[in-house]
Amino acid sequence: MKDSTENLEIEFQHKIDQGYNIEPKDWMPEKYRKTHIRQISQHAHSEIVGMLPEGNWITRAPTLRRKVALLAKVQDEAGHGLYLYSATETLGISRDELIEQLHAGKAKYSSIFNYPTLTWADIGAIGWLVDGAAIINQVMLTRTSYGPYARAMVRICKEESFHQRQGYEIMLTLCNGTEVQKQMAQDALSRWWWPSLMMFGPTDAESTHTELSMKWKIKRKSNDELRQQFIDNTVPQAGILGITIPDKDLKWNEKTGHYDFGEIDWEEFWNVVKGNGPCNKQRLDARRSAYEKGAWVREAASQYAEKQRNKEFTEAN
Amino acid sequence: MQDKIYQYLLLTGDNAMILGHRLSELCGHGPSLETDIALTNISLDLFGQTRNYFQLAGALTTDNKSEDDIAFLRMAHDYRNVLLVEQPNKDFAHVIVRQFLFDSFHILLLKELTNSNDQQIAAIAQKSLKEVTYHLDFSSEWVKRLGAGTEESHQKMQDAIDFLYPYSGELLEETPIELEMKEMGIGADLPAMKTNYYNHIHQVLEEATLVPPETSWFQSGGKKGIHSEHLGFILAELQYMQRAYPNMNW
Ligand SMILES: [Fe+2]
Ligand SMILES: [Fe+2]
Repeated sequence: MKDSTENLEIEFQHKIDQGYNIEPKDWMPEKYRKTHIRQISQHAHSEIVGMLPEGNWITRAPTLRRKVALLAKVQDEAGHGLYLYSATETLGISRDELIEQLHAGKAKYSSIFNYPTLTWADIGAIGWLVDGAAIINQVMLTRTSYGPYARAMVRICKEESFHQRQGYEIMLTLCNGTEVQKQMAQDALSRWWWPSLMMFGPTDAESTHTELSMKWKIKRKSNDELRQQFIDNTVPQAGILGITIPDKDLKWNEKTGHYDFGEIDWEEFWNVVKGNGPCNKQRLDARRSAYEKGAWVREAASQYAEKQRNKEFTEAN
Repeated sequence: MQDKIYQYLLLTGDNAMILGHRLSELCGHGPSLETDIALTNISLDLFGQTRNYFQLAGALTTDNKSEDDIAFLRMAHDYRNVLLVEQPNKDFAHVIVRQFLFDSFHILLLKELTNSNDQQIAAIAQKSLKEVTYHLDFSSEWVKRLGAGTEESHQKMQDAIDFLYPYSGELLEETPIELEMKEMGIGADLPAMKTNYYNHIHQVLEEATLVPPETSWFQSGGKKGIHSEHLGFILAELQYMQRAYPNMNW
């Protein structure tokens, strides 16, 4: 006779294979819980840290219309962070603990946000490329096995595709503008292209968690497949803009039906992952500083709520 | 006449824009995700209102100014916001007190403007009133929470009140344009709001166990274009793109 945990695991995997969601109250292997805490919180941290590079341009947005759109976008990212922290909390860990992990440098977030936003065109490029790459990952995640994560993704994806269109529209306006604006757009594409490709993670040969992720439907496609899909989507869009992707090896391959592309600089990728990107320190410092400066506010709010509860209790008795 | 309404719209629109700007500086840096989202919401509302006022103002100009011409292409002394709204985000207490002092005024102003003889101004006021009702709820709740929260929060709030209260008087100061607009039934009666305004503020402060400073002196100047040193820096960011790359579409 098999022992009970083993039975539970078989039943659990069977449920996933049948396409049912795992819900917070369901039994799950400890590894599944831990992996999901790591993955969903990383995703939440990415949303929150991701507010910083774009937030950087809110006060300098060129028109009122663009300013309002950018503010709303960055606010959406805060909302995404909020849903995702809540989804992580269903796995038995608090938001405060997760945030402490981030601030202690123990948790990761998407490395793309460690690059600086240097011109207004970067706001266009981020929407177009970074939100664009995020959508490809996230659409896949709408069908992941963990219910709260999958449902958060459905909501998030709708907003991300809006962000992407908005970003592309900024690029289009620049590319239809003056020579200076077109150069600004080209420069942004040149700087953001390779880091965007790196968002899909290491090549399949190098990737460590792929097999289990596939089994649990956290991943349905490999890093390389997703990256290829992104490139195939994006190259024609750059063509419409009339700006050049900074890859001399990029060309359509009739045989495979995909674009061939050049070698990614993996040394740069690992360097940024390890904390040596241009803004790693600045991004974490900004998050820590907001959190530390807000400590007295959170403390006061919780004391006040307690006082109110006591007051109501006294009045009721 | 058209020019006077234009000037009057700047008085209301600039307050919304500069306060919206100050709040937008905080986006991504709030004390919690919830407050971050709420302050950004208020900022978004204020920029929405700014656009309504400036679109209306632009239509009154002979050279057909756009909302962006009005927002970005004036000299510092042509901005008409009160000094209160340009005060910096020193800490969350300053942010909340500045907001509370402004919202308490803003709601009274908009209530009056819903009865404006100018249909378009009345319509903007009607729409904004809903938003500002929420702003005032938010800022009043936080005044109480922080005033009566911990000893530390109480002290920070009292410091913020002491610092910002002297900027509240300018909100109700009547400039010649405002007097004229009032007489024509277009603008609001600012001096008449004074009792209501301070009654409300003092009542909320009392609930929050905070006290208004003993001051009879109020700072003013912004409405006449004489600003604090902060405005120049605000404009340096606000106008940066339009000044560095003039006459382009974005
Ligand atoms: Fe997002
Ligand atoms: Fe997004």
